[in-house]
This record gives sequence, structure tokens and C-alpha cells, in this order.
Amino acid sequence: MSRNAENREQFRPNGLETDHFLLTTVVGSYPKPKWLNRSKELAEDDESKFDGDDLEEAYDDAARVITHEHENAGLDTIVDGEMRREEMVEYFAHRIPGYEFNGPVKVWGHNYFNKPSVASEVEYDEPWLVDEFEFTSDVAERPVKVPITGPYTLARWSFNEAYDTEADLAYDLADLVNQEVEKLVEAGAKYVQIDEPALATTPDDHAIVGECLERIVDGIPEDVRIGLHVCYGDYSRIYPEINEFPIDEFDVELCNGGYEQIDVFTDPEFEPDLALGVVDVHTAEVESVEEIKENILEGLKVVPPERLTVSPDCGVKLLPREVAYQKMENMVTAAREIEAELDAGEIDVTAPTPKAD
Amino acid sequence: MTELVATSPGLFPLPDWAKSDLSDLKGHQKDDLISGDESGAIGSVYEEAREEVVSDQLDAGLDRVVEGQLRWDDMLAHPLTVHDNVETGGIVRYYDNNNFYRDPRVVGELDFSGDVAAELEAAADLAGETPLQAVLPGPYSLAELASDEHYGDEAEFLSAVGDFLAGEVEAFPEHETLFLLDPSLVTDAPDEDLAELVPETIDAVAGATDADVVVHTYWGAIDEKTYAHLMDADVEAIGFDFVAGGREETLYNLNEYGAKDDVALGLADGQNTLVEEPETVRERVDWVNGQIQASEFDTAYVTTNTEPFYLPVNKHKEKLEALAAAADLESEVEA
Repeated sequence: MSRNAENREQFRPNGLETDHFLLTTVVGSYPKPKWLNRSKELAEDDESKFDGDDLEEAYDDAARVITHEHENAGLDTIVDGEMRREEMVEYFAHRIPGYEFNGPVKVWGHNYFNKPSVASEVEYDEPWLVDEFEFTSDVAERPVKVPITGPYTLARWSFNEAYDTEADLAYDLADLVNQEVEKLVEAGAKYVQIDEPALATTPDDHAIVGECLERIVDGIPEDVRIGLHVCYGDYSRIYPEINEFPIDEFDVELCNGGYEQIDVFTDPEFEPDLALGVVDVHTAEVESVEEIKENILEGLKVVPPERLTVSPDCGVKLLPREVAYQKMENMVTAAREIEAELDAGEIDVTAPTPKAD
Repeated sequence: MTELVATSPGLFPLPDWAKSDLSDLKGHQKDDLISGDESGAIGSVYEEAREEVVSDQLDAGLDRVVEGQLRWDDMLAHPLTVHDNVETGGIVRYYDNNNFYRDPRVVGELDFSGDVAAELEAAADLAGETPLQAVLPGPYSLAELASDEHYGDEAEFLSAVGDFLAGEVEAFPEHETLFLLDPSLVTDAPDEDLAELVPETIDAVAGATDADVVVHTYWGAIDEKTYAHLMDADVEAIGFDFVAGGREETLYNLNEYGAKDDVALGLADGQNTLVEEPETVRERVDWVNGQIQASEFDTAYVTTNTEPFYLPVNKHKEKLEALAAAADLESEVEA
């Protein structure tokens, strides 16, 4: 069952005058400033005076700049653009005892990935993201969302040497994610997003992902918003099963596919809140406000406005930075215009009426 | 007593230094992948890398040496993606893996290429006394991986791919064994119309060489009908994946429809970094032999189940050593 928690109003920005409120957010990654990449090269160069402490400062600077960039775009909930993370599995594998790295493996052509091996039982050691969260929260005026790579993806995109099955590994990792979320909540986090892109390539494993989520949310208060992000899949293969997931919000890319799959989510009735991708992260062309408004209306086919969140399809790190910014800014403008039009009764809401409790 | 031959299906991971050098020299995009007419600095990197992987195999003590197929950016689709009458389309998923290759769109006649023969010549010079093993995709898998925009008929296309591969094999230098990697027989079994044609096209390829031919399959068991047809092919051995699921079905096929005199056994996991002990590999050979009621194999090729390019280099080398040691354990027992 969806958690169906009444926890989105806490993200309503001060001064928003409309009755309607579409929560605006992002999936997580953002283009890194060019100087940050240069700083990393310098830190790796033994002959350079630039050392690890300098690099930490560079990460802080980048996180500060990008956090502010998200706030300037007008987003209701923000992230630091994942400035400290290079790759979504590697980052966590480096922090989880039990993982080891043996070297790069091919993805395609000359694109490689340091696919880690789980050589022994995974354990929780130091917090993974609490420092990142605390830093971003100190810098930010707006609420901070924390994206975490989900246990199923962490298991599936690793070599499993230590567990009988991949599911067993995923469940152990889910228990670690639960500990991490508890620590983030202690530190003040109110919005956590679990990223499970691997589910899209192996949709038959939805029950494993469901069980992982049960473990992740165990003991997490209802006022903490839990989202699940999945991208680029055939959703008829995981819907309506995702209605059973214990989440507040399901975040999905559909802009890239021209909303061909939007109808999948209309029958049976969609249970969690919908976070819908309304700008495409695979094209550098910036969508106009009008175009994005049309995309937002696609979401209203599935859920009523009070259950709709808008975000880009996926992380925007592969876009040029100015394009990424412009897309976010247009997205927020579009959301605010839709809210006003909803207040004025100019939009016919076709989605099913809110569920009776 | 079954003779054990330690070998590999080829398609090795590039040495890490070559990954990095070739990334710099070739680039990361779709248009930067191998064209077949590379030369200069890129050619030199491949030559040096080939020397390294051949010498790794000799050091490990394998009974066959493969070229390594380091140039095969598109994995099993390579013999087509470098062909003059093939255009490369979008990047598509390689079976059920987090790997991708360029879709080979066949737009003209599949005439002689010679690309694979050339790299095999280079490897033959390096292999010394150790017998050379050639590697190609099986005709069915290669046809399945490609898009036909020329022949217009599925059967005609499969035959054309078979004839093309036969022409390539004719140009090969002397080789002891030819491995035809045919995972699509498992993952996308041929329908009724094509099933009979599959052994015929394999025969066309096998007829072009005096070497022992092994049709190696993986990612599960071959379905019963496909296996029954495959047994009609005039080859020395069929290869089976004993790492992935479907063991019961494979054993059922072997007992129900019989087996070739020789066999290839995929016993080490080509997609996991956990390195098998030689004793474990040896036990698995004995286990398979024990499950087959009718016959004992004359020769068993002991190998990883899949191509090993999924592995990091260090673990791949350890796996090659384990396979070679497993085959040696056998000869100690015999002595």
C-alpha cells in the first residue's frame, strides 16, 4: 500500500498565493562546473600542490553554487546537484564495507564503469550522505531532497560473490539504506528519493523492489516524504504492482517518450502521488513554458493537482549547464501558471477524484 | 577417459591501459567505434594489447589460444559492423545485459570481408606451439543481432550470413578449433520455419575448415526442439552453459537426444568476479559426466560460460588460470 501520507504541504513555499500547489522538484544530478573537474585532475596529480583538503573545499564551493542555482530557478525542493558523486553505484559502494573494486568493465564502445564486487556481507559503517545533507541544508533556504541509489540497483549493477541470490543481497542493502534514512531523518531530512533505474531493465523483479522498500521505510515517520524514481522502462510490466509499494510518490520520466505510456497509470486508479517528468533530459532544446504546461496537464490525467509533483525526466547532468538551468526555470514558471489557472477554474481536471479514505 | 582441453570463448576484456589509450584515441561516441580500417596509433595499441592477451593465455597454460577479439567493439555483431555493405544504426541492448552495440543494418550483399582472418593471422604468429582457436558468432546469432534491409526474407538472410561466415573461415590461417558462439539459440530460439535451416547454415561454416568445430551456447538451456535440430549439424561438439539456469533441461536434452562425441562445458562464470577453484571446476566436469547416461565424452572443452569481456582484467586472468589448472588436475589423475 502507498503510504499516502499528508506530507506535501510542508514543502509549499512561503508566499505562494494560489490555493493549488504543484510541488516542483528535480531528480538529482546536475552538470558540474568545469572548474570542479579541473580541481579533481589537479588533486590526482602528485606534482600539484592542490591536495585532498583543497578538493573538499572545491566540492563545498560547487555544492553551494549549484544549490543556489536550484533556488534561483524557483524550485520548491532542491538538491546540491550531486556534486560530490561521480557515478550512482560507485559512490555508495565506496562507503559500504563488503564492496571491493577490481577495475573498469565495458558498458559499450570505450565507455567503462568501475563495476564493484560484493566480496563479503555488506555492512553499515559511517553515514553516506548525512554530511552532504547537512551542508546543503545550511546553504539552502528551501527544503532539501536527498536522492539515494536504491538497494535493488546497487545489487543488480554489482558482481555478487557473497550472497546466494541477488535478492538476498538487495534485502541486506535495503536494511543499510533504512539505517541511512534514519540518520538523515535525525539530521532533519523530510524528503528522500530512492533511485531504482535497474527496475526498468528487469521489471519482473518488482516484488524484490517492493520488499526492499518495505525494509527501507520501516520505522520512518509519516511526515518524511519517500519517493521512488524509475526511468526508461515498459511500465505496463510494473503497473499496477507499484501501487503496493510503500511510497508517497512515484517519479517517472515520460516526456522523452511523448507521454505514450501515460494511460498505463490510469487504470486501475493510481495510488501514490505522481512525480512526472515534464522536461526531456536527452535534448538540449529548452522546452517553452507553454509546452511544459501541456506536459503538466498529462499528469492530471493520472492524479488530481494536489497529488501531482513536477520534475525533469531524470538527472540533468549530461545537459549543458545553462540549458539545465533554463529548463528548471521554465518548469517552475509553467507549474505556477497552471496553479493560477486551476484556482481560476480554467482547467478542467479530468483525473479521478481523490480517493475516499 | 575424457580429455580436458582448457580454453575460452574469446572476446576478452581489453587490458586497462588499452581501455584508456583507445578511449583517448578513438573517443566515446557511437561514430568513434571500430570501422575495420584503423591504422597508425590505434592499430599499434591493438597489436600491443593482442600480444599481451595471447601471452596471458600462454602463461596461464591454456590448451588453446584465442586472438582475444579486442577490436570487437560491437561484441558478436563485429563481423558485420565492419563490413562494407553494412551500415551501423542506433545503439541497442546486447542480450539481457547492461551492454550495448551498434545495430548492423545489412544494406547490400554480404561478400568477403577478411577482417577476422587478418587478426587471426596476427595471433597465429604469437601463439607459438600452442594450437590456435578461431572464434566467430554462430550464423543464427549473427543474423539475429543484425537488421536485414537487403535480402528481404528471413531464411535467405540466415543462409547469406552462413555463406558469409564460411567465406571468412576459408581465409583463416591454420587453426585447431573453431568456436561458433550462438547464444541466440537459447535466448531467441528459431521458429519452426528456421529451425531446420540452422544446422544447414552451421554446416556451411563448418565445411569451410578442417578444424574441430564447437557450437557454443549460453544464458540457459537450449529448448528441446532447437536442440534436436542442432544435433543434425555436422560439428564435433556443442557447448552448454552450466553456470546459468536450465541445467536440468540441458541434461534432459543430452540424455534424450544424445550428444556429440565432444562437448564444451561452460563451468566458470564469465559474468561474475568470484573466481572458481580448479578443484571446483574439476568436480563440475565429473558431475556433468556422471549425469550423462549414454556416453562419456572423448574431449571436453572447459571454459567460461559466456564471453569474458564483462569481467575486470585481474579476475579474468585468475579465471583463465583456474581453467588451465582444472584441466591439468585431470592429467595428474590420469598419470
